[in-house]
Amino acid sequence: MSFQLKEQSTEYDVCIVGSGAGGGMAAYQLTKAGAKVVLLEAGGYYDPADPKYITQLQWPWESPRRGASNHRPFGDFDAAWGGWEIEGEPYTRKNGTQFDWFRSRMLGGRTNHWGRISLRFGPNDFKRKSIDGLGEDWPITYDDVKPYYDQVDKLVGVFGTVENFPNEPDGIFLPPPKPRLHELMITEAGKKANIPVIPSRLSILTKPINDERGVCFYCRQCARACQAYADFSSSSVLVIPALKTGNLTLINNAMAREVITDPTTGLATGVSYVDREKLTEHTVKAKIVILAASAGETARIMLNSKSKRFPNGLGNSSGILGKYLHDSTGASRGAFLPHLMDRKRYNEDGVGGMHVYTPWWLDNKKLDFPRGYHIEYGGGMHMPSYGFGWGIEGMNSKYPTKDGVTKKAGGYGASLKEDYRRFYGANIGMAGRGEAVATIDNYCEIDPNVVDKYGIPVLRFNYNWSDYEIKQAKHMQDTFEEIIHSIGGVPTGVKPGPENNYGLEAPGRIIHEVGTARMGSDVKTSVFNKHSQAHDVKNLFAVDGATFVSQADKNPTWTILALSWRASDYIIDQVKKKNL
Amino acid sequence: MKRRDSLKALTISSLGLAGFAHQEVLAETMPKQPDIQGNPDDINIPAGRLKEEAIRDAALMKQKFFTDHELATITVLSDIIIPKDSTSGSASEAGVPAFIEFITKDMPQHQTPLRGGLRWLDVESNKRFKKDFVKLSSGDQLKIVDDIAYPELAKPEFTQGASFFSLMRNLTATGFYTSEIGIKDIGYMGNTPNMWEGVPPEVLKQYNLKY
Repeated sequence: MSFQLKEQSTEYDVCIVGSGAGGGMAAYQLTKAGAKVVLLEAGGYYDPADPKYITQLQWPWESPRRGASNHRPFGDFDAAWGGWEIEGEPYTRKNGTQFDWFRSRMLGGRTNHWGRISLRFGPNDFKRKSIDGLGEDWPITYDDVKPYYDQVDKLVGVFGTVENFPNEPDGIFLPPPKPRLHELMITEAGKKANIPVIPSRLSILTKPINDERGVCFYCRQCARACQAYADFSSSSVLVIPALKTGNLTLINNAMAREVITDPTTGLATGVSYVDREKLTEHTVKAKIVILAASAGETARIMLNSKSKRFPNGLGNSSGILGKYLHDSTGASRGAFLPHLMDRKRYNEDGVGGMHVYTPWWLDNKKLDFPRGYHIEYGGGMHMPSYGFGWGIEGMNSKYPTKDGVTKKAGGYGASLKEDYRRFYGANIGMAGRGEAVATIDNYCEIDPNVVDKYGIPVLRFNYNWSDYEIKQAKHMQDTFEEIIHSIGGVPTGVKPGPENNYGLEAPGRIIHEVGTARMGSDVKTSVFNKHSQAHDVKNLFAVDGATFVSQADKNPTWTILALSWRASDYIIDQVKKKNL
Repeated sequence: MKRRDSLKALTISSLGLAGFAHQEVLAETMPKQPDIQGNPDDINIPAGRLKEEAIRDAALMKQKFFTDHELATITVLSDIIIPKDSTSGSASEAGVPAFIEFITKDMPQHQTPLRGGLRWLDVESNKRFKKDFVKLSSGDQLKIVDDIAYPELAKPEFTQGASFFSLMRNLTATGFYTSEIGIKDIGYMGNTPNMWEGVPPEVLKQYNLKY
C-alpha cells in the first residue's frame, strides 16, 4: 500500500467526529442553521428503515444461533455493530483493574440499540459536591439545561407522567403505555414496601409528533432499532434529517486519528482520519471541530493530538484529560412468581423496555453511601431466544403443578413439555443503575506500547470501584429482595454478597461511561467550559459524555442531547458575533 | 435457485440429514444462505447481518461437526426429550438436530460435553444391551434415559450421564421453543404490529388487579 495523504480542499464550517446522540444533535442543529458540516463516522452507514439492515420482527429461527449473544454482545438481532471487543481495535488495562469498553461502529452509534430510558438530571445532580462534599459541581445548573431538555422532549419525543417527584424533573410527555401484568404486581409490591414505582420515561412515540416518523407498533424490539422511526436513534431522528438539509457531508468508515491544529494560532484546523475499509489516509479542514466520538474515544483523539504547542494532548493543559472516567453502577436479581404459573396467553410485548421504573427515592444522608440509583424492571411473556428453557431441572421439582403433582427434577417427554408451558412468563428481573462518584484515580490514558490496526495508539484503563459503589450495590440487593418478598416471589439463585461486590458489574458494563474531559470554570481542573468549549482551544468542542462532571443516577443520553443542542446554540451565537 | 430449494440442498448435503421426513420445516429453520461457495464477496448477506458475520455463519454452515451416527443419536434423544404430543410436534420436526449441529460449531464449549456424552451413552448401551443406543428398542432406550434424566436422583455411576442429558435437554428445549412449532406451542403471541391496550380485563380480574 502506498501511503498517500488525501487532503480535501474544501473547508467546512464544522467537522463533527461521531454520529451518536451528541454528534447527531450537533449535526442536526448546525445544518438546520445553515452551516456546512462534515460528519465523520467510524462505522458504516445505517438506516433502521432500510430492509437490508432490518432485524425488527425477525423470528428467532432466522438466526442460526437463535439470537444468542456469543458474537454480538446483545444477540444476533441487536442493532449495535461492535461490542466490548472489536477485532483489530484493542484497548488495555492497568494495575490489574478492569474496565470494559463498548463501542458501536455505525451511523447513530449506540443509540440504535439503547434502552431509550430518557431521564433528565435533576437540580441536585448538577451540584453533588455542594450536597455531599464529593466529586465536583457542574458549572451549570438544572435551570441552564431545562429549556434544552424541554426542546429535546418536543423534537425527539418521550413518554412519561407528571409526578412532581423530588430530583426527577418532569418533562413534556407523550402518554405512557399501561403497565404489563408483572409491572402492575411490582407497583402493588412497591406500595407495600414503600418503594415508588412510576411509569417509565422512554423516547418512544406513543403518538405522532411529525410527518417523518411513525408511531410505536408495540413489538418490544427497540434494541433492534425501529423501521418506523418510532423510537430515538440518532441515525433516524437526527442524522438522516440533517442529510436532507443538503448541508451535511457524511463520511462513513472514517476513523479519526487526530485533531489538526495550526502551530501559530493553536486553533483547530481539521481532523485526520483513516478509512477503515480502504485504509487510505485523509484530512478534512474545518473552522470548528466538535468531538462526539464517545467519552473514551473523544479523550483518545485529544490525547493523541499532540504537537509542540500541545505536548500532553490537545486541550490538556490541566493534565486531567482522561481522568474522572465513570460508568453507572449496575447490579441485578431475578425472581420467579409462582402465582404467574399457567398464565393466560396474550400479546404483551408493549414497548421496547419497561413500562414502569423506580426513581431514586431515599435520602443518602441517612445511608452509608453517597449517591442513589434507579431500578429497571423486566419480565413477562417474551419472544423465546437462545437460552429459553435452560435450567428446567432446577425448577420443575420445586413447584407442584396446578393439579398438585410434585415432579422429579429434570425428566423428559410430554410431561416435560407441560413444565415449559406452565413456567412461561412467570419470571421477573430487576436491575439497579446507580451513580458512581467520579474520582481522579479512575481514568483512561494512552498506552505507551500498543496501537490498533490503523496504527492509532490505544486507550489504557485504570478503574476501581470504591466502597461508595459497593455499599450502594449491597443496598440494591436488599431492595430487590424486599420487592421480591412483597410480590410473593422466589429470588433466583443465591443472593450476591461481599465475595462478589454484591453483584456489582465491572465498570463499563452498563455502557454509561462519561467524564473523561469534564467541563468546569477552573481551567486547572477541567478541560471544557460550561459551553462545552475547550479552555485551551476556542474552536474545539465536545458534545458527548466526555464533558460530564458527574453521571447522576440517570441514563446519560437525554443530557447528552440537551447539552449538545446547548453547545450548538452557543456556536451559532459565537459565529454570529464573530468570536469563532 | 429459489431460496427454499437452495436451502434444502444445503441442508441435505452439508448436514447429513437426508432421510428424515421433515426437510421442509428444517429448511425454514435454517438461515438464508444460498451461496457459500467461492469468493466471499459474492456472499449473500441476510437482512441485518454484517458481511463478516455472514461469512462466519456460512463457513460454519459448511463444516460438519457430528458424524451421521452422532447426529442420529441426537435426533433420537431430542425426540425423547420433546416428543410429539396433542399440542405440537416433536423436536426433530422442529429442526432441533440441525440447530444443535450448528450451535455446537458456533459454541465450541459444547463440543466435548456432547461428543463425550454421546460416546458415554453408547458405551452404557453396549454394556447393557450389546448395541448402540439408536439400535435399541424404545423401551430399552428409556431404561437408560430413566437412569440419567433426573439429576438429583441419579446414582453415582450415572452422574456424568445425567449431566450430558441435562445439556441435551437444555439445548433441545432452546432449539424447539425458538422454532416456529415451539413458539406456537409455548403460546407467544407477539412479534407483530399491534396496539398495546393493557392487560386484558379477564386477566386483571383473575389476579384481582386494576388500572
